[in-house]
Amino acid sequence: MDMKAPEKKLGIKEKYRLLTRDLAWQPTYRSEKEIYPYLDYEGIKIHDWDKWEDPFRLTMDAYWKYQGEKERKFYAIIDAHAQNNGHLNITDGRYLSALKIFLQAISPGEYAAHKGFARVGREFAGAGTQVACQMQALDEMRHAQTQIHALSNYNKYYSGFHAFAETRDRIWYTSVARSFFDDSMASGPFEFLIAIGFSFEYVLTNLLFVPFMSGAAYNGDMATVTFGFSAQSDEARHMTLGLECIKFMLEQDPDNLPIVQKWIDKWFWRGFRVLGLVSTMMDYMLPKRVMSWREAWEIYGVENGGALFKDLAFYGIRPPKGWEDAGKAIDHMSHQFMLGFYQWRFGTAFHSWIPSDQDMDWLSQKYPTTFDKYYRPRWDYIKRAEAEGKPFKNFGLAKLCQCCQLPCVFTEPDDASVLCHRQTTHKGEIYHFCSDGCQEIFEDEPEKYVQAWLPMPQLFQDPVNGDLAAWMDWAHLTDGLDNGEYQGSSDQRNFDRWRGLATSNT
Amino acid sequence: MSQVFIALQTNEETRPIIEAIEADNPKAVVTRDPAMVRISAPGQLVIRKDTIEQNLGRDFDLQEIHINLITLSGHVDEDDETLTLHWDR
Repeated sequence: MDMKAPEKKLGIKEKYRLLTRDLAWQPTYRSEKEIYPYLDYEGIKIHDWDKWEDPFRLTMDAYWKYQGEKERKFYAIIDAHAQNNGHLNITDGRYLSALKIFLQAISPGEYAAHKGFARVGREFAGAGTQVACQMQALDEMRHAQTQIHALSNYNKYYSGFHAFAETRDRIWYTSVARSFFDDSMASGPFEFLIAIGFSFEYVLTNLLFVPFMSGAAYNGDMATVTFGFSAQSDEARHMTLGLECIKFMLEQDPDNLPIVQKWIDKWFWRGFRVLGLVSTMMDYMLPKRVMSWREAWEIYGVENGGALFKDLAFYGIRPPKGWEDAGKAIDHMSHQFMLGFYQWRFGTAFHSWIPSDQDMDWLSQKYPTTFDKYYRPRWDYIKRAEAEGKPFKNFGLAKLCQCCQLPCVFTEPDDASVLCHRQTTHKGEIYHFCSDGCQEIFEDEPEKYVQAWLPMPQLFQDPVNGDLAAWMDWAHLTDGLDNGEYQGSSDQRNFDRWRGLATSNT
Repeated sequence: MSQVFIALQTNEETRPIIEAIEADNPKAVVTRDPAMVRISAPGQLVIRKDTIEQNLGRDFDLQEIHINLITLSGHVDEDDETLTLHWDR
């Protein structure tokens, strides 16, 4: 009897070739230039698109299979979270502030990245690149959706989650992340890839998703750790794509080096400023902390970033221009941010608080050179004012950086007692900056950044016209409910009461 | 030498993978944080399909690793038998 020989299974490399390269074809009745019109104007020269290859060699069929598996795991846990009073199992209601910032500032960024990758997947000429960008576009949309879905369980019980789309567009601290993504989407396809694929994915998402999500697990938040790690499983592929794209550009033509270096300088600094939000979430908003922002930076910034730039030196790439200033800012940024959030707490769609004595001891242990010298005295002052019945509030409007859009709350890299402020005059108008890095980015492309929408000037424009109550309505922020101090907030009252109900019957 | 690393979720699916990585990479250092395991090594880390299959007692496609992967660092080189992270040129 004849035995049917088993069909030979395709090897990963052959399968990748058949399911990416072989899907492309040479156009005959339209020119390449007509089909891919945006490949030249940034000055990047590509000679052979086939040299670009996804090191994971992921093909569309495998992609759907594994993504489907990730979704099943994700929804199993999200369902369990909703069915088992997951919203009461977190360590403390203060933790919710970190989630609110995440939903208002970061999740919309995922959606922006989806739009950007859908666009560049069309604009790039290589089949391998197109397929990888298409997968990433789908991933980013999945991230936005799973994050919104996971956090919607908290929206049923707590304030500040209800209007993240409006918050993203209309509140000051969210405009930092928004302007980062808008800037990248308003760039050419190659710059977009450096901005998101390299700076955001390779250098920064490790800090956002890895130690922070491990922290979410530590604080009992099953929902967030699930969407975080589910997203991060895609990020590992995105990082690899980002690194591969950088190597590809640098290998294709020596003329690409100065352009790529300039983008690395720019996007490292843009991303580093966005991370300021993350540093505060890690050091101040996790009631139980796995590691400090400084410790996370040591692993994922210094060690990992250092290894990366040592490797890229092969092509003539040097570490980003702002690398040293970043290193000097690490021991200060989370404290400066939290002090900013606290004093402007009337205008945040989350709660802030004065750190407890225990928390301050932890901070001085983790930041031995800076916390007791510069920041504990300020918190002590604020605490005294509070005890005297004169809580410290700042109703003045912050001066915003025209580039990163953060309030200019940072100090000089070499002197933490002097506020850092830069300015430049362009066509008769004065523009302000928080740092040398942001000033240089502006001066390289002033026509782009003079158009930036800034949240503070908006306060004096229609429909707000300088009226704070009208601004709150416009930003979907309910005074006394969504904003202000955690102590005494409805979130605190409800968390404490419901948690009591969850463990007793009266 | 620069470190490479890979981080995986802590769960039943990754236990045999982590044990395989430890067996195949004597210089690997395993760090266990809440919900995640991070394995780092100087210069290079090799993940072998064979070793994972021995631990699991079933066939394993290396791409299954994507489901529980959290992050990695280094250049990636993957074929049917091994997934290698390295900083070599």
